[in-house]
Amino acid sequence: MTTETKTPLVSVRDLNVKFVSREATVNAVNDVSLTVQHGEVLCIIGESGSGKSVSMRALMRLLPERRAVISGKLAVDGQDVLALKGKELAAFRGGEAAMIFQEPMTALDPVYTVGHQIAETVRRHTGCSFEEGLARALELLELVKVPSAKRRLNAFPHELSGGLRQRAMIALALSCRPKLLLADEPTTALDATVQIQVLILMRKLQQELGMGMIFVTHDLGVAAEIADRVAVMYAGRIVETGTVQEVLTDPKHPYTKGMLSSTVHGNMRGQDIEAIPGSPPDLRALPTGCSFGPRCAFADSHCLEQLPPEVMLGNDRLARCFKVDAAPAAADAGSVPA
Amino acid sequence: MDMTETKSALSSVSADDARDRGGKAQPMLIARGLQKHFPITGGILNRTVARIRAVDGVSFTVMKGETLGVVGESGCGKSTLARLLMHLIPPDSGELIFDGEAVAAKDGLEVRDMRRLMQMVFQDSYSSLNPRMPVEDSIAYGQIVHGASNEAAKQAARALMEKVGLDPNLFGPRYPHELSGGQKQRINIARALVLEPRVVILDEAVSALDKSVEAQVLNLLRYLKDVFNLTYVFISHDLNVVQYVSDRVLVMYLGEVVEIGPVDKIYANPKHPYTAALLASRLSMNPDDRVNEPPLIGDPPNPINPPSGCRFRTRCEFAEKICEIETPALPQDVGPMGHACACHMFVAKSGHSKSIMHTAEDVTPSSPAESPS
Repeated sequence: MTTETKTPLVSVRDLNVKFVSREATVNAVNDVSLTVQHGEVLCIIGESGSGKSVSMRALMRLLPERRAVISGKLAVDGQDVLALKGKELAAFRGGEAAMIFQEPMTALDPVYTVGHQIAETVRRHTGCSFEEGLARALELLELVKVPSAKRRLNAFPHELSGGLRQRAMIALALSCRPKLLLADEPTTALDATVQIQVLILMRKLQQELGMGMIFVTHDLGVAAEIADRVAVMYAGRIVETGTVQEVLTDPKHPYTKGMLSSTVHGNMRGQDIEAIPGSPPDLRALPTGCSFGPRCAFADSHCLEQLPPEVMLGNDRLARCFKVDAAPAAADAGSVPA
Repeated sequence: MDMTETKSALSSVSADDARDRGGKAQPMLIARGLQKHFPITGGILNRTVARIRAVDGVSFTVMKGETLGVVGESGCGKSTLARLLMHLIPPDSGELIFDGEAVAAKDGLEVRDMRRLMQMVFQDSYSSLNPRMPVEDSIAYGQIVHGASNEAAKQAARALMEKVGLDPNLFGPRYPHELSGGQKQRINIARALVLEPRVVILDEAVSALDKSVEAQVLNLLRYLKDVFNLTYVFISHDLNVVQYVSDRVLVMYLGEVVEIGPVDKIYANPKHPYTAALLASRLSMNPDDRVNEPPLIGDPPNPINPPSGCRFRTRCEFAEKICEIETPALPQDVGPMGHACACHMFVAKSGHSKSIMHTAEDVTPSSPAESPS
């Protein structure tokens, strides 16, 4: 990393996102703080409803303005994202930061060819001609290793297979050389043999282009494959952060431990999986104490009454739990298959 | 079966099941040459312009009390196979034998009776429940259709809800949208069990669930299998889950079975290059153990125009001339518990340069199990 690291690429401070409707207020994201350095890959791991996608969308300002109440500080490369308006915002999206979504079929425009969509984006952001944009599109499709890229330039999204469509989506996101790439479960809808191809491609591109990346996933295996650092989210809060090695091999928070022990692998045949009992809390009425408390094996009355503080365990390593020291030292970590 | 006698749905069943039609060694399910091609119509006259070969001559057996895992990528025909087994879509050709009786054949087992003995759980837990019906009514519905009284059916439904870990007083009167994904899938499982089936087909039943909930449901399925003496056909794309639940595994590629065998043999010593690549694509949970070269390049081809010969040859690193000309057949003589693979490399004198000289069990030429690096 270079001297640029003085200002982190992404700095999120006390982000809160609430969805307000007449019936209820949904506290989707609560006091989330994150930093991503230049050229770093942060993986946000969490189950559905943990607020990982909402945080991403808040960072891109994609949430409906009238319904979503966002508070906190969001800065990308020193730029205050929440203060952006109109043209600045349009230039920021796709220019500074770009996003890849889970379902490329719904994210791409079905009535334009892939080449057209990329060229359009390039023209919009750089002001070049459409032809120059098309040339850049071809370059990009080759970069993401689409076979016979020239022919695929004129293909509509429905004519491509799932893996190629996701590659086209990545090409589109990279078209204006963003400093930050947000990826929201980009490989979840893909087959295993294609998923690994796309993951390896994304890691290579990220390293070659020196982008910062925030990668949202629910799959610990995907995080192990691509992440430098990991943040685990539960019920809208970050419960643990650390480097990928630290979190996956020596988890500190009971939820992370539970996630690791409940992940199925073959050598557990014939025995019960150590599942986490219960289900995640209702975001409309979060428990007053630790939101994982009702499902946690180590919880006592203290945990259920008071929100646990963020316990710093080292440089950039924290866990939000009263019992960080009390919980038995990562007995589950040993069972992770090599 | 006397369907008004609902109590038996709640009592556990011993391994010597009185409902056996064939003997104990009679396979629960035999599929022979099942085939389904979906026509694609087009043009002004709406003629058939092409056919999707969704399931193309699939044969296998499922023994009593075992779990057969079915794996493959999307579009390989796993779900079509499940629907063919349930006769939700009639097969173009091929036969299905349920516990010694041919299904939908003359003098055989009627489809309606077969469906009582074989039930299915779908992937999408919400769309497979009636949104206008309280979930206990959804569970009871099957028994009412098959002739039980409303009262008895409701009682059985409530008892089954307890078995799948949901309090019937709390959850019974709720509607599907008031339940979480895991709870809905438990309701679907209870509904599948209410007719006391012998076989349950689980079509990606845990794929849409979060990891922690998936583990709960897998534990539940294991428990129910013992209690009700069930046979599972477990369809999934998740290789870890399949390894956990299955006794035997069937690997599909573009509508064909490429490999079938006991789970330990398949996972420890895959024969077919596709199986090996599929296994090598599993993600490690250890960040120090990253994969740097993808084991396979490209996407699965379109099942409308599958490649000639071996369908995997376009992505196979061992492909040779013979693979293009001749379709490798899946050996049928290995017995119900054997390990068979449809690849020229495992057929003596097939013309493939790596073809083995004699069919010794578990001989792997140049170990395709290792990911090429």
